[in-house]
Amino acid sequence: MTALDGRALPDWAPYGAFAGSAALAALLLLAAGSFSVALLLVVSALVACVLTYSWSRAVEGPRRAKDRLVTLVIVCAFALALIPLLSLIFEVAKRGIPGLSLEFITSDARGKIGGGGAAHALVGTLVITGVAALISVPVGLMAAIYLTEYGEGRLRRALTFFVDVMTGTPSIVAGLFAYALFALIFGPGIRLGVMGSVALAVLMVPIVIRASEEVLKIVPNHLREAAYALGTPKWKTIVKVVLPTAFAGLVTGVMIAIARIVGETAPLLVTTGVVDSINSNPFEGRMQNLAVYAYSEYRTPGVFKQASYDRAWAAALILIVMVMVLNLVARLIYRRYRTEIR
Amino acid sequence: MELHADTTTNAGQLLAASSGGERRVGDRVFSSLSVAAAVTILALLGGVAFFLLIEALPAVEASPSQLPGDQSLIDYIAPLAFGTVLAATIAVLIAVPLAVAVALFISHIAPRRLVLALGYMVDLLAAVPSIVYGLWGIFVLGPAAVGPMEWLEAKLGFLPFFEGPASVTGRTMLVAGLVLAVMILPIVSAVAREVFSQTPRRLQEGALALGATRWEMIKMTVLPFGRSSVISGAMLGLGRALGETMAVTIILSVSGIVTFNLISQANPSTIAANIALDFPESSGLAINTLIASGLVLFAITLVTNLVARAIISRQNVQ
Repeated sequence: MTALDGRALPDWAPYGAFAGSAALAALLLLAAGSFSVALLLVVSALVACVLTYSWSRAVEGPRRAKDRLVTLVIVCAFALALIPLLSLIFEVAKRGIPGLSLEFITSDARGKIGGGGAAHALVGTLVITGVAALISVPVGLMAAIYLTEYGEGRLRRALTFFVDVMTGTPSIVAGLFAYALFALIFGPGIRLGVMGSVALAVLMVPIVIRASEEVLKIVPNHLREAAYALGTPKWKTIVKVVLPTAFAGLVTGVMIAIARIVGETAPLLVTTGVVDSINSNPFEGRMQNLAVYAYSEYRTPGVFKQASYDRAWAAALILIVMVMVLNLVARLIYRRYRTEIR
Repeated sequence: MELHADTTTNAGQLLAASSGGERRVGDRVFSSLSVAAAVTILALLGGVAFFLLIEALPAVEASPSQLPGDQSLIDYIAPLAFGTVLAATIAVLIAVPLAVAVALFISHIAPRRLVLALGYMVDLLAAVPSIVYGLWGIFVLGPAAVGPMEWLEAKLGFLPFFEGPASVTGRTMLVAGLVLAVMILPIVSAVAREVFSQTPRRLQEGALALGATRWEMIKMTVLPFGRSSVISGAMLGLGRALGETMAVTIILSVSGIVTFNLISQANPSTIAANIALDFPESSGLAINTLIASGLVLFAITLVTNLVARAIISRQNVQ
């Protein structure tokens, strides 16, 4: 924003002010004898605020000085918000890599004191998440079809509203629900893989519905009308015209929903329990998942504490990579394969 | 648009009806399936409340001497509910101003080319599993926060929040609240970003044309326009923070007391963390008690979310 009266700071002013402040802050801290990177950033941000404001106020007047100050504060706030993300990714990579090995992904932990791998947790994660997707994708997709193609009146309004509310269900409550349901049928103390899947399905269904509804809504009406004009029944129009048009978006939605639940810990802690050997049958016995594995390695480290922590971080690293790959691939699929709608 | 959709639907149904029984069977089966799915989902939500209620009943009916800690159900849950609300409040107080700034940065300040990538980075924060936040909180943020917390105790120790003695491990309410804040920031900022970018162009350009600086324009048009959405976004974030389990379970060192002291070693637990800690080793009535506390948590988050959604839908009507 250049001032009409020509009294304006040069274009490089914000960067110059920040560089100057960083230098000044470094000197101040060195003089005070308490130098650290975090402190340097904080102090230079503060100095930059003061410097920019007073410089701009002297040259451009109070209103533009305030504008520059607020802009600077917002930029700093954004940088501050990104620090946890960067630190988290860096730390997980740094601490996770030492624990990764071929043994980690190929062997379970049965009878291996202070060692073993997480194969059982990998298998469990795949089975539990897979069954959860099997439950929630058909139901969620049909409900989304109801909302966009059939729904009217009270049921439609109620469904829209309660899906929104359901999105906020705490994950541990979903776990308790699955436990309560199965405990009533099979008696207390029950732990099964499929219980975890039911709990995750409760969390996944609203995400699937929301995402699918979003993409079904943007399928243009003239495609439906053309199909009706050819005498196609409504259900066939949906199956042969609407769903294929929205296919890429639906796949993306399901993948993002899976990414959201694959790292869940709390609901599985109360439903699938903890176990150290491979179990691929969701209807029989306890099952381990990667997140619960990471938690129990941290919570009850073996004789070799550091080795346990390494394994917890390695599991966290695998989880975070899984989630990011799922998110990334979902977006790529959407960009690459979505039907161009004119 | 609504009307249009209705006429096509009717035309389709008419055609389908006029051309043979087989088609009508297909249509009827498919539409009943979709209605069944809709009803199933409503039943599922009802079922969550129903089954929790049934499994919580034994704890409600039991006498205090049978419950864990020999205390009544209310005495058992109240400190946990206090801890839950305290942790979530800290998170919201920290996250909301930051989230508004992040949303403003992305919608009004960042260069256009960067907007998509920056938005994606913020969304990634939401995708990180809570167990990873927990590990990061206890191994990285906690130890890093020890120094600043000692500073808080020394300089602001006269406030009840920073009374101390400052924890030497960093497993405090303040750190738990900070991690929760990071976790809910993307939710709040997504809502805020959405509505900030929908501020009518004519208002913004009008303000700029009258000579307002960018900040004056934002203060006069964008912020008033987005205010109620920011409030509802904050409520959604609050709901998430209330129910968040693993990060708190791992980070907080708990001792069942009620205190506003945020930096000491002794902290109140939260409902969700208490369930995660105790459930795996519990049996009998203890399980029912934990489920009763889960029901309370469900009710608290339900009310929070209902309020948030009500604000959003009122905004949409306008």
